[in-house]
Amino acid sequence: MFASRRQDATNPWWASSRTGGIALLALVIALAPLAISNNYFYDVAIIVGLNAIVCVGLNLLIGYAGQISLGHAGFVGLGAYGSALLASRYGWPPLAALVAATAGVALLAFVVGRPILRLHGHYLAMATLGLGIIVSIVISTEDGLTGGPDGMPVPPLALFGLVVQGERTWYWVVGGCLLLAVWLAQNLIESPIGRALRALHTSEIAAEVAGIDSARHKLMVFVVSAVFAAVAGGLTAFYAGFITPAKASFLHSIELVTMVVFGGMASTFGAVVGAAILTVLPQVLTLLKDYEMVVFGALMMLTMIFLPLGVVPTLAGYWRRGAR
Amino acid sequence: MDSQWTQFLAGGLTAGSVYALVALGYSIIFNASRVINFAQGEFVMIGGMSAVSLVATGVPMPIAVAGAVVIASIVGLLLEKLAVERAPRADVVTLIIITIGASIFLRGLAQLVWDKAIHPLPPFSGDRPIAVLGATIVPQSLWVLGAMVVIVAALSWFFGRTLLGKAMLATSHNRLAAQLVGIDVAKVLFASFGLAAALGAIAGVLIAPITFTSYDVGVMLGLKGFAAAILGGLGSFAGAIVGGLVLGLLESLSAGYVSSAYKDVVAFLIMLVVLFFRPRGILGALQSVRV
Repeated sequence: MFASRRQDATNPWWASSRTGGIALLALVIALAPLAISNNYFYDVAIIVGLNAIVCVGLNLLIGYAGQISLGHAGFVGLGAYGSALLASRYGWPPLAALVAATAGVALLAFVVGRPILRLHGHYLAMATLGLGIIVSIVISTEDGLTGGPDGMPVPPLALFGLVVQGERTWYWVVGGCLLLAVWLAQNLIESPIGRALRALHTSEIAAEVAGIDSARHKLMVFVVSAVFAAVAGGLTAFYAGFITPAKASFLHSIELVTMVVFGGMASTFGAVVGAAILTVLPQVLTLLKDYEMVVFGALMMLTMIFLPLGVVPTLAGYWRRGAR
Repeated sequence: MDSQWTQFLAGGLTAGSVYALVALGYSIIFNASRVINFAQGEFVMIGGMSAVSLVATGVPMPIAVAGAVVIASIVGLLLEKLAVERAPRADVVTLIIITIGASIFLRGLAQLVWDKAIHPLPPFSGDRPIAVLGATIVPQSLWVLGAMVVIVAALSWFFGRTLLGKAMLATSHNRLAAQLVGIDVAKVLFASFGLAAALGAIAGVLIAPITFTSYDVGVMLGLKGFAAAILGGLGSFAGAIVGGLVLGLLESLSAGYVSSAYKDVVAFLIMLVVLFFRPRGILGALQSVRV
């Protein structure tokens, strides 16, 4: 989004996308509590943050490496259920459960990633979709373990003996995690790996000719995005205290991809904005009751037809043209 | 022959015929435009639900079926005109999201026009089961299989003998070359949405008396139809039919002999295995990458 500025070495730190954007995001997170008054708004803000963490990771895969995934809710669901099961059934400390579940998801992504990422376009979309649906059906069916479609309770998150409780505390925990996720993503994007990913997005063959191991890079970013999803899923489980298979559903995978594309592909802050708008929007649309799905579907179509680049890059384009 | 086996075979072929019709819809649209229409399952739902409503108003069954197919085709044509055509240079991801948006929109609309309840459609010719080789088959299954054979015959006539059908086939082989010999590829895309919607609606009407219908039946049927299209080879018409039937059979046999709870997983597992080892499907053409 600030591509032209990045090259400019004379720019002050606050104008570079990495530091400036993160400072702006930190400011928004710090000041938002002044505007939000009750626990309901805190709850919405926390869900925005959790979805944004998934989207920042997914954007690395979709926006930068150009590889679609229609199954990321599966990783969210595995992170959530893995953490919940280890913490409740096996009595693990919550943080250890979260780390172990995330490691498990990373391993799964690593194992299935290589054959899946050999595919392109629709075939890749379909393979990731199939993987996500299998995960979601397994979670719904193994009701002895997961409680089936009714869901299962999750013990609260305890960090170093302190129990994280209440919307206000969770707000800062999730806010901190989101900043960390954005910072990691931005660093990855501006590293040689990020350049390699952008190169293989433009043309995989040209990237290979230039000496980039595209299979290894794609696999790496796939695993990273799965880790982001698993961490967010685990946090969601501990925050809500209850988890249902809806988190792992095909529909949630679609919501996540829509957030990334709606906000703007290849823009980390676009992913955050997309997550924010599309998490808040259904909350507003519930006022429309029966019209909710119609309006949501229509908005998805209209944005993609009229703002194919997504909200943030389109607005940034207007801004740059206006400033000139 | 083992009667249980015959039973699974009949069930599998019935479900498989429905998957095949949905898969044909995917392949027809994919051939005309390289678009995967994620709203394909909604045509199945619109077909079934429209037929239920028309029958409820007292319309005779054949007219209700025809009416349902017409309604779904109009929706398909509108979808192409109002959404897909407006995004001519969109990439794969954008088009996937547009058609997914369309499917959510249509599902929401169905919820408003009809309701969230599950509706049965009366069978075409009674519900007294017929004994065949030790298995008991509902007459509707025979309607599904018969309709499938008729549709395959009609489609091969359409693609082999009519100008529009040949134009659609030509466009699928080489869009640019088709355009150069004077084929209106925009019209081909428009027609392919109408045809795909009609096939989906027929599937929806045929299966509604057996599995019943509701505003959200399109999601799973659409995804399984897609799995069938991939299994047979995306873009291949024979592949769509073979893929649908094979998927229906494997699903029915695994539900019978392995686990009925994991029946839905089978379709996607098979699809993943096919994608890993033979991405072009059973009958798909080998595609080369142009640099």
